[in-house]
Amino acid sequence: MPALSVRGVFKSFGSGAVLADIDLTVAEGEIVSLLGPSGCGKSTLLRIVAGLERADRGMIQIGSRDVSSLPPGARNVAMVFQSLALYPHLTGRQNIALPLRARRLTRLQRMLGPLRLSPSVRSIEREIDGAVDDIAGRLDIEGVIDRVPARLSGGQRQRVAIGRALVRDSRLLLLDEPLSSLDAKVRVQARDEIVQIQRAFGVACVFVTHDQGEALAISDRVAVMLGGRVAQFGTPAEIYRDPVALAVARFVGTPTINVLDGVADASGRVLAGGFAFDARVGTTTGQKVSVAVRPENVRIAAGQDDSRPLLRVARIEDHGHDGLVHLAGRDGRQTLLVARAGRALAFRPGDEVRAAISADDALYFSEDGSRLAGLPVAMAAYARG
Amino acid sequence: MNRARFAGLARHVVLVSGAVLVLSPLLWAIRISLLPAEDVFSPTFRLLPSRWIGFENYARALTASPLLHFLANGVFVCVAIIVCQLLVAIPAAYVLAKARVPGLGLIWLAVLVALVVPPAALALPLFIMAAGAGLIDTYAGLILPWTISPLGIFLLRQAFLRVPDEMIEAARLDGLGEGEILVRLLVPMISPAIGALVIISLVAHWNDLLWPSVVVTSGAKATPPFGVMLFQVQEIGSDYGPLLAGALMIAAPLLVLFALAQRRFLDGMTWLGSK
Repeated sequence: MPALSVRGVFKSFGSGAVLADIDLTVAEGEIVSLLGPSGCGKSTLLRIVAGLERADRGMIQIGSRDVSSLPPGARNVAMVFQSLALYPHLTGRQNIALPLRARRLTRLQRMLGPLRLSPSVRSIEREIDGAVDDIAGRLDIEGVIDRVPARLSGGQRQRVAIGRALVRDSRLLLLDEPLSSLDAKVRVQARDEIVQIQRAFGVACVFVTHDQGEALAISDRVAVMLGGRVAQFGTPAEIYRDPVALAVARFVGTPTINVLDGVADASGRVLAGGFAFDARVGTTTGQKVSVAVRPENVRIAAGQDDSRPLLRVARIEDHGHDGLVHLAGRDGRQTLLVARAGRALAFRPGDEVRAAISADDALYFSEDGSRLAGLPVAMAAYARG
Repeated sequence: MNRARFAGLARHVVLVSGAVLVLSPLLWAIRISLLPAEDVFSPTFRLLPSRWIGFENYARALTASPLLHFLANGVFVCVAIIVCQLLVAIPAAYVLAKARVPGLGLIWLAVLVALVVPPAALALPLFIMAAGAGLIDTYAGLILPWTISPLGIFLLRQAFLRVPDEMIEAARLDGLGEGEILVRLLVPMISPAIGALVIISLVAHWNDLLWPSVVVTSGAKATPPFGVMLFQVQEIGSDYGPLLAGALMIAAPLLVLFALAQRRFLDGMTWLGSK
């Protein structure tokens, strides 16, 4: 039983479809990222799962329950917002206790709560206090829980927000770009913390982000959303190494994947950017093929091997542990390829070098952006025979 | 003396003279309220009274008219007006700020129009309506015309706009009902704006002379400014000592209140003004 299934969800605002027939499942205890540029519909999908937005059609199932028509408060989902949305006038303890009080006390009891009139209310309030203390202990914020949010540090605020989300024992945690307001250094730390907490609580988690590094780093599976559709849903390794479409390959990876425009020739090879790739892509001769190559798969060879194209180093980017070498044609103007090199500083702008790309490392896409198989020439011939 | 200190001194001289200028009518009123009758119109000017009469004028003001009764009326009328204004303005402003309903823009426009109409312009139509409803010389006649405050709706809408939508959505996910979200979360969050509105409204209605003089005909329902005018013109005539003593006594509660709530008032105003 998956923790969340989304089936055929469709949503449009005005004339344009924001989400087009989305299908998605999240297993128990799994972190799934919704990754996409802004406006791709990822936040809308999350809000539909939470019940803050209604889908035009389609079904949302949480655990075994169809929640499509339930209001947000009845779905028992936990959500952490981008701004965290802590109630500023309540202490950390009161923030965390609120969802429990809303569930376990009637409205009248909540109004008269501080008076603690009846023994039953008193015992419920004691249980709530106990639950809050327990979760504060697990999140390591007992010491600061009686402060108001303005007196907490950013990390403490995030934990209070997670505490408020998790205290109601829901099996599904939704995170809407929770890290985007943090600066780079704190961000990595906060994201590790989220993973640790998620593993400790064993709760299934949907994480919305536009940062592909973040998505690849923390997710069990990533749904790449482009233009209101799930372009690909798979493990980070699949998304990175085995993208199903050029758009996915382009969106994932820093720096952006190299794309060379090429054609398939009669002998079954692909010619692109002066390279010849020994791969049979199953298209007719003369058809256009885009060849995409990750920067780490571009090797720079100083030798005078004639079969490789001669390129000129346009620019060096030194990242410390490695670096990027921007390679241009011989005129040295437009960057054709970016190569990741362990010792980028060994090169100088203006150097003439040769680049090599293995046919196995290249990804082939047809004109409409869909993936082509790219079998090795020899094997393809065998398969044909 | 260096330039910075001179600049500081000059600034303070300007500020102090400004303050004295603004306060001088009040100080003048305090002076006259302590003068014996013969000094007020004496041809020779003296700053201090020729003989010390203590608080005799204050005693006369209290006995010549039912001043305490006016004060009680004032408190009752102002509290009723402010409570009603909040009961109307809080939900109205919340809907105007956060709801997505077609036609809301038109209602908002109506609020803005009402904001620029001076209250005096409404005195006559309101009087005709009050007379038609039989509300002349009643508390209801004093209170009802002011229960819907365009200024209040305006101020609170601006305050609600500053509350992020995510906060409201978080509360919905937490399982709170819409009414509870408003009362328990949003009202405390916009309390600086509510405080500012209460003070603005209190000052306006406590000091209001025009409307009570239109709708009230007897001392029984008179609010302090109107009551003092009504009675002291009859009883005391042009005896300015007791008149100003009475005026000071009805202004005193506001001054004390403002002194106590000054911080809050300024916080509310700056909170509303900053973005």
